[in-house]
Amino acid sequence: MNAIETGKALTGNRLSDGEVVFLTRSGAWSVSIDEAVIALEPQSEAALERRGEQAVAHNVVTEAYLIGVERSQGRVRALHIRERIRATGPSVRLDLGKQSQGTGGGFAPQS
Amino acid sequence: MYRYDEFDHRFVSERVAQFRDQAARRLSGELTEDEFKPLRLMNGLYLQLHAYMLRVAIPYGTLSGKQMRKLADVADKYDRGYGHFTTRQNIQYNWIKLEETADLLQELSEVEMHAIQTSGNCIRNVTTDHWAGAAADELADPRPVAELLRQWSTLHPEFSFLPRKFKIAVTGAPNDRAAVKVHDIGLRMHQNDAGERGWEVIVGGGLGRTPLIGYTVREFLPETQLLSYLEAIMRVYNLHGRRDNKYKARIKILVHELGEENFRAEVEAEFARQKELDVEVESRELERISNYFAEPAFETLPRLSTGYEAARAGDPAFAQWVRSNIAAHRKDGYAIVNISLKPEGGIPGDATSEQMRTVADLAERFSVEEIRVSHHQNLVLPHVKLDDLHEVWKVLAANGLASANIGKAGDIIACPGLDYCTLATARSIPIAQTISRRFADLNRQHEIGPLRINISGCINACGHHHVAHIGILGLEKKGVEYYQITLGGSSATDASIGTILGPGFSGDKVPDAIETIVNTYLNLRQGGDDSFLDVVRRLGHQPFKEALYAPA
Ligand code: SF4
Repeated sequence: MNAIETGKALTGNRLSDGEVVFLTRSGAWSVSIDEAVIALEPQSEAALERRGEQAVAHNVVTEAYLIGVERSQGRVRALHIRERIRATGPSVRLDLGKQSQGTGGGFAPQS
Repeated sequence: MYRYDEFDHRFVSERVAQFRDQAARRLSGELTEDEFKPLRLMNGLYLQLHAYMLRVAIPYGTLSGKQMRKLADVADKYDRGYGHFTTRQNIQYNWIKLEETADLLQELSEVEMHAIQTSGNCIRNVTTDHWAGAAADELADPRPVAELLRQWSTLHPEFSFLPRKFKIAVTGAPNDRAAVKVHDIGLRMHQNDAGERGWEVIVGGGLGRTPLIGYTVREFLPETQLLSYLEAIMRVYNLHGRRDNKYKARIKILVHELGEENFRAEVEAEFARQKELDVEVESRELERISNYFAEPAFETLPRLSTGYEAARAGDPAFAQWVRSNIAAHRKDGYAIVNISLKPEGGIPGDATSEQMRTVADLAERFSVEEIRVSHHQNLVLPHVKLDDLHEVWKVLAANGLASANIGKAGDIIACPGLDYCTLATARSIPIAQTISRRFADLNRQHEIGPLRINISGCINACGHHHVAHIGILGLEKKGVEYYQITLGGSSATDASIGTILGPGFSGDKVPDAIETIVNTYLNLRQGGDDSFLDVVRRLGHQPFKEALYAPA
């Protein structure tokens, strides 16, 4: 049961406050990467991108783009360090950002 | 003390109202991000990794106690209880909400502060010596001229759509503390044998992708001709500066491509055409502005203070702090207090709202209400009586603000890097923290002597790594951070650009590498006065390379 799924998640910064958000399966945007819907194939990636364009057009996020992620045991980890820091918070202020609010995903940005 | 004139008041209030409207239209969807982005940038609002970031201008790095207290209130109310002082003598807030920005700007305007000209292809806030008006070696306070330049450039139609951003630095002292040789235009005041003052005009310096030391187009420009001469420079730049390629658009590239002599000839020809203009207006304006920077009412004091001498003799920690953090004031009985925002293991340039209030209190009680921000990301109380130094130190120490490391290994400049910045290729702050812990022993720092370590998280070089004695540039290869080390840079009077030492290091290897470099220096130096930079300049990179890259 320890299979690691690798795919793409859609992320952006929320217009109103700049908070990092991820598109979920229900089409809402969540502050937690663990809730991100993950596209495992190119077709579903394209579908996510279309959702992103709509969200930009509707002024939910300022921009939306795909990031590489992996999911294991229900937790999601961004593959690139930049995205891990976005998904958790500053690595030098563990008391701030998502990591301090329990929405930081299961992985420290360094790992 | 500097303050806004009525014109600025109206201008800033109008800008806040405008921004309120623009932000509302963005939030309602009336404006797209593409339409809104240039508008928010004109007001210092960026979108970073975790939130919006607001860059608030601190003209000439000069703040009153009241303004600092407002910055603290803003940190508590609109951010997360802290702010980051930058190498541009500004403050940045990292957790700003678009919805609240207009209210925030409104509050700032109540203390004559704003975020204009901190971004975009305009003439940015003019920077200057953080000891202006206080330093013992100063010929004249550079801030009136800096302010004249600001007023001249703020609304000048010819200069609001330049090929690229434009940075000016001014110093009124022969010892350059404003890094004038690495700005688009740098001005340094000199005095000739007849006792007249004039400006050395340096053009085309800069850091970033193409670091260059500026070129002196005029050795000695009569004081009253400054604006006409700068207009001539800006005109040549506007005419010939490249707009087709962002990376070639800065004036430094133009100076480089035209050649220094051709550039000078163009400027002088343009200057000759318009020389007759404005000279009187300029002197009158300068005089008017100088009133805003009127010298504080200093007391007549003896040169020595017995209380201070006794405290120094009786309190070694205080004495050590005095050695590194106090600078000579031009008035007898006064000193310049440099407050380090670089505690061991801390985040360079960060201050909590409580610390800001502490500094505001100290300024009001002991420094005729004045505070300065330095481009080293530290704070300054410019006018403290020797008699008060011990008391000031005790208050600073009680608030984590008395690190005795100004200009030493622990006084590291670091940009926000990948922990906050959307342009970053690697983190800078954790590197600064581990190095600062490695050199935690203050006695050792004092033993090593002057050492400037600067770190940038990408090639944009906000951390000024090129002009560090030891510069560190964070890069990335296949998603992994690594760090390039340069040696031999300086932003002082003898400015130079550091050069790369060799292959880069992973983050965890950087502190060892720095330690090896420092130990190599200690072995090579001829006595305590033989500084790190002197040794690097004398012996070159070779001995450091050998120590660092020797086969194990
Ligand atoms: S140097 Fe790069 S990483 Fe650092 S603050 Fe500037 S743009 Fe950001």
